Amino acid sequence: MRLSGAEITIKLLERLGIDVIAGIPGGTNLPLYDAMYSSGIKHILARHEQGAAFIAHGIARSTGKAAVCFATSGPGATNLLTGIADAKLDSVPIVAITGQVSYDYVGTDSFQEVDTYGLTVPITKHNFFVRSAQELFHVIPEAFKIAEEGRKGPVLVDIPKNVQTEEVEFEKWPELNAEIQVNTIDEELIKEAAKMINDSDKPILYIGGGITNSDSSEILYKFAKKNNIPVVTTIMGLGTFPIEDTLYIGMLGMHGERYTNLLLNEADLILAFGVRFDDRAVGNINKFCPEAKIIHVDIDDVEIDKIKKANLSICADIAKVMEKIIDFIDNNDRKTWITHIQDKKNKMPISLPKDKDEFHPINIIKMVSNLAPDDALITTDVGQHQMWVVKTYPFKHPKTLLTSSGLGTMGFGLPAAIGAAIANKDKTIICFSGDGSFLMNIQELATLADLQLNVKIIILNNGHLGLVRQQQQLFYHEHYMASKFATSPDFAVIAKGFGINGYNIKKDERPLEAFKKMFSEKGPYLINIPIEEFENVVPMVVPGAGISEMVGGEIV
Amino acid sequence: MITENYVIKLIVNNHPGVMSHIVGLFSRRAFNLEGIICLEIGDSNTSQMYLLIKNDERTEQIIKQLEKLYDVLDVSLHAEDQYPIFNKLDNELGKL
Repeated sequence: MRLSGAEITIKLLERLGIDVIAGIPGGTNLPLYDAMYSSGIKHILARHEQGAAFIAHGIARSTGKAAVCFATSGPGATNLLTGIADAKLDSVPIVAITGQVSYDYVGTDSFQEVDTYGLTVPITKHNFFVRSAQELFHVIPEAFKIAEEGRKGPVLVDIPKNVQTEEVEFEKWPELNAEIQVNTIDEELIKEAAKMINDSDKPILYIGGGITNSDSSEILYKFAKKNNIPVVTTIMGLGTFPIEDTLYIGMLGMHGERYTNLLLNEADLILAFGVRFDDRAVGNINKFCPEAKIIHVDIDDVEIDKIKKANLSICADIAKVMEKIIDFIDNNDRKTWITHIQDKKNKMPISLPKDKDEFHPINIIKMVSNLAPDDALITTDVGQHQMWVVKTYPFKHPKTLLTSSGLGTMGFGLPAAIGAAIANKDKTIICFSGDGSFLMNIQELATLADLQLNVKIIILNNGHLGLVRQQQQLFYHEHYMASKFATSPDFAVIAKGFGINGYNIKKDERPLEAFKKMFSEKGPYLINIPIEEFENVVPMVVPGAGISEMVGGEIV
Repeated sequence: MITENYVIKLIVNNHPGVMSHIVGLFSRRAFNLEGIICLEIGDSNTSQMYLLIKNDERTEQIIKQLEKLYDVLDVSLHAEDQYPIFNKLDNELGKL
C-alpha cells in the first residue's frame, strides 16, 4: 500500500474505533481533513477550538474512552490549550491532533507557527512531535494507549504539514491490541490494610475520580457495606455511591456540608481511594483529619505521599484492590460510629431554602431533577451554580456528572453537553450554567443548532460572577470589584438567533410550567431564570483554613 | 566528604523534546536543580543524563515524577561521592 501521512492517520483512527472527531480545519491540517473526506468518521465542526476540545471531553468523560479533537497550527493549537489542561487535571483521555507548519518552516516564525509541542509539555500526559509519516504507525496507537492506560489523561500529537502529505509504502497495518500494564498487588499489604480497617473504630472512605474511572462503584458498595464504612466523596466521585444509603455522608471540601467536614476530622482511619488530596477537597492539609491514619490507594504513584503522608499505600487499580481487601475485612455493624454519624446529621441539617421560594437555585435544581429522566447526563459550568448542582442534584450513576473540577474552566458546560449528547444519543443532557460562564463558549450554540441534539440549557442568572462576588462579600470587605455585569444580554433572544428555542422565565411566573415545556420538547432548548443576586453557597470553608472552619449555613 | 547533594542518573529516549520535558518538570513543580549533564549513548537512540539536586524531603517525589515521564527509561539515585561527575567538571571549569 502507498498512503500519505494524513491518510495513515485517519485510517489508524478508524482502526482504533474513532467514529467522531470535533475540530476546526485550517491551513496546516487540510491534508488530514482531505483524508477524512473519504472516511467513515463523522466530523463535528465546532466554532472555536476550545469548544472542540470540550466536545471531546463530553464524549470521553461520559464513556471513559479516548476522544479526539483536531485543530490547525498557531491560534488553532493555542485555543485548544485550556481544554487540554482541563483534561490533565481531571484525568480525561483526550487525543488532540494538531497541524503544524511544514518541517522546513519550523523555527522561522512562519505564518500560524507556534511551538505547540513546547506549549503542551506541562499540560499533557505526554506529547509527540511527528518527524516522518513512518512514525505515525507507532505514534497514533501509542497516543491512545497512553491516554487510556493507568491514570487517564490528554495526549497531543503535532503533525507538520509535510509529514501529512509524505507518502509511505508499507505492507500491513500495525497490531493494535496493545497490552495494558497491570500492577501486581502485594498480598501482605492487602492483609495489613484489612487489619487496620478491622482495628479501627471510626473509619471513613474518602473516594474520588479513581472510583469513576475504574468503574468500581459496585465493588465499592459491597466493600463499604460489609464493614459499614461511611463514605465521603469529592466532586469527581459523585454518582458512584448511592446518596440515600445511611453510609453516605456527602461531598467534602470547600463547599461541603457542615456535618461532612466535621465528621471527617473525627475519623481514626481514612481510606483514601482514588483521590489526590486536592486543596479544594481537604482544605489546609495540616489540619486535615489530624487523628486519622491514612491508607492511600491510587493508580498513579506520584499521588502517594505527594500532599499527605500515608501510613500504608498501594499503587494499583482501586477496583482490583477492593476486590482483594474485601475478603479480609470483618462483617461489622459499627453501631456506635454509625449512630454517632446519624446524630450529627440530625443535629446539623443541610441549610435549605423554604420550599415556596421557587427561584432559589437549590429549589430550581430540585425541580429540574424531578422532571428529568433518571438517566439524564448533567454538565455544569463553573461557579456558584456548579456548587449548587453538585450539592443538590441526586446523581445516581457514575459518569452522569460532567464538570470541570480540577481546572475550574468557565465555558465547559455547553460544549461538554454537546459531546455527551453525541456519545449518548438516546439520553437527555442538561447543562446548568451561569450568566458569566455561559458567555465564555456561547458560540457553540451554533454547533448545537447544526446537530439539533437533545441538550437542555438552564442559566441561573444572578447578573454577577457569583462566586467571585461571594468571596468579595465574605473575605474582601464587600469591595465588589469587577464582579457585577453592567448589562445583561437577552439569552432567549440570543438562543433564537442561533435557531434554538429560548425562554426567559419572568420573576412573577411559576417556573415549573416552563421547565415542563422544555422537557416535553425534543431537541435543544435554553431557559434563563433570574435568581437572587446576593444568594451565597453555604457553608464555605475559609480559603487556607482547615475544612472544619466554615462560615455560613448555620441552622439556628 | 559529607555532602547533601545527590546525583540522579537517567537513561532517556534521545530526541529534541526530551530535555524540555525534564527541565520543565523541575521548574513546574518547583524542584531545585543544581546541574545537568547530558550525552547520547550507544547507537544514539538513547541518552544518559545526570541531574545534580540538593537532597530534601521532596527527593522521592522528584524520582517518582521522573519515572512517570514517557521518555525516561531508567532512573537511579546516587550520593554525589558515588558519581563525582559534577565535582570533576567543577574542577575542570576552575582551571579555565
